[in-house]
Amino acid sequence: MSMEFLIASAIGALTWAGIYLSLRGRTFPVVLGISMLSYAINLFLFAIGRLKVGAPPLYEEGLSNYTDPLPQALVLTAIVISFGMSALTVVLALRTFLETGTDQVDGEPDPAIDPLEGDRAEWIERRNAHRIDMIGEERL
Amino acid sequence: MLSPSFAANLAAALIAVPIMLPSLAGTSALLFRKRHRAVAAGISIGSCLLQIAVAVALLVRARHTGATPYAMGNWPAPFGIVLVLDRLSAWMLLLTAIVGFAVATHAALTRLDRKGWNFHPIFQFQLLGLNGAFLTGDLFNLFVFFEVLLIASYGLILHGQGARRLTSGVQYIVVNLTGSTLFLIALGLLYGVTGTLNMADMAARGAALPHGDRGLFEAAGYLLIAVFALKAALLPLHLWLPRAYASAAPPVAALFAIMTKVGAYSIIRTAPLIFGDHAQEFLLPASLATIALGFTGMLAARGLRDMTAFGLIGSTGTLLAAIALFRPEALAAALYYLPHTTIAAALLFLTVDLVVRWRGVEGDAIVPTPAFSGLALVAFLFLAGGVALAGLPPLSGFIGKLLILDAAIGAPLGGWIWGVILITSLIAVIALARAGSTVFWKRDPSPPIPADRAPPRLLEALPALFLLATLVALTAFAGPATRYAQSAAAQVFDQSAYRQAVLSNTTLIPPASRTGEAP
Repeated sequence: MSMEFLIASAIGALTWAGIYLSLRGRTFPVVLGISMLSYAINLFLFAIGRLKVGAPPLYEEGLSNYTDPLPQALVLTAIVISFGMSALTVVLALRTFLETGTDQVDGEPDPAIDPLEGDRAEWIERRNAHRIDMIGEERL
Repeated sequence: MLSPSFAANLAAALIAVPIMLPSLAGTSALLFRKRHRAVAAGISIGSCLLQIAVAVALLVRARHTGATPYAMGNWPAPFGIVLVLDRLSAWMLLLTAIVGFAVATHAALTRLDRKGWNFHPIFQFQLLGLNGAFLTGDLFNLFVFFEVLLIASYGLILHGQGARRLTSGVQYIVVNLTGSTLFLIALGLLYGVTGTLNMADMAARGAALPHGDRGLFEAAGYLLIAVFALKAALLPLHLWLPRAYASAAPPVAALFAIMTKVGAYSIIRTAPLIFGDHAQEFLLPASLATIALGFTGMLAARGLRDMTAFGLIGSTGTLLAAIALFRPEALAAALYYLPHTTIAAALLFLTVDLVVRWRGVEGDAIVPTPAFSGLALVAFLFLAGGVALAGLPPLSGFIGKLLILDAAIGAPLGGWIWGVILITSLIAVIALARAGSTVFWKRDPSPPIPADRAPPRLLEALPALFLLATLVALTAFAGPATRYAQSAAAQVFDQSAYRQAVLSNTTLIPPASRTGEAP
């Protein structure tokens, strides 16, 4: 009982945090939120194979107590995909920040935190002058 | 010397070729990313041509047989992953190959592929994801192929870069990552309830579920439909599309015309499986609203690319309205309309790219400009694309809409379908005529085009003309095409035959012929 409660509330808390963060206006919280959501999903996928302790994940003849190995394979796939996605999103968010001078998801600068309109062009230019071309694409 | 059984195995393995071919072409094109870049383009276009040939061969095979499973790794069906070829998937494969060929050629001719290093590899991986999604018979595998095509689409949508493209790219990625999350939740629930991920097996087990589990099963189904509706840009979930497609390079948007159809295809595959035929209660009103919004949005667009993106939303809505009836004759109409609307949208996007390239500083803005050379050709292509997108005679869109309207007679909300489709067709015609006459007809008498501009290379219009020719062929051979669509629709609704074919008919290669030894 207690383990079911623990897992369920962990999934719930992670999902709650993920949804809240991914609705934020700036890219960094959004990236964090999506990562939280993917952690929640990974736990959830584990749980769909039913929670069982101390049982091998393989079936053998005569073995009556075993866990379902498939959800673990699914989680592995989901982890790999979400890891790659997070890396891509981070690089892209950084690139957008350097290119536009703001890290708002909608691309509209927030006057309270972003460089003001007049300074922005100069700021971007200064950034671009000495930045390392992270993605390594040829500028054409 | 090939033994007969080996030859038969090879023929069976043809089903896997649409997945292997682009993955091989993509990886080998990677070798030519910096030098000899024409070779990469050649590999990519050659792979698309081969995919057309393979898709035709598969289509011919699927015409006469039922669903044909192919066991990957030689594991029997509910345990291993199977690819399933049926008439619907062969139809989608051919469409993907045709659009892919036109876009790859266009990109090579207009040198779009030189605006970054990895255009052709990413393009091939995109085709790999699309073909895989159309072929797989396993839900988790469908998720994986969705991810493959999405990852490739993230690369393509950013191709050419620029601040606007990056901003809309981030939004596109965030939206689709959220969609993938929902997809995984739905898959988890479905597996938790039924204990299988194979579509045919799930249909069988879903039907036999105890009453208590039924609610969970349907909740997962709604989630799954929401994910596919997001991909198909169905009304409340369409907001990401116009900005993403309008800021991507137009040829990339032309390929993405098929991405919304992946959502439509997945709905065709999974909705009858989970809901039987009562998915129309929520899908039909949403698609009617999508049609209205898409075609009205065309009126509000200020650029040709936005206008085409809204037209794509509207025509996908028309397609989904026909699918949402979940009746064989309506689905047959939808399957005839599906390639038409995809090719029409792709044709318009390629034409808009030509306008942007040949016209000069005004880009795709709907404003009058001085005459430019090549005007007559793009004006003709725009007219043809517009006629196709709005569904006017003489092109196949007219036949498609007529079939859909015919199938809607006597259906629930039939009157609404007639009213919405007819009125929105008129709105689309008005929007296209207004944009076309402003851009191609009205002349801005002010400064002439600077003389030092290079004259456009008319060769660049060849892929668009090729797409137009396929539309003409779809019109001319409407008889065979509708017959094929009818048989494909009948096959989709014959769930028990599909189940039978996949679960008990999977032919495994006996161990002897694999190792060459006697058993």
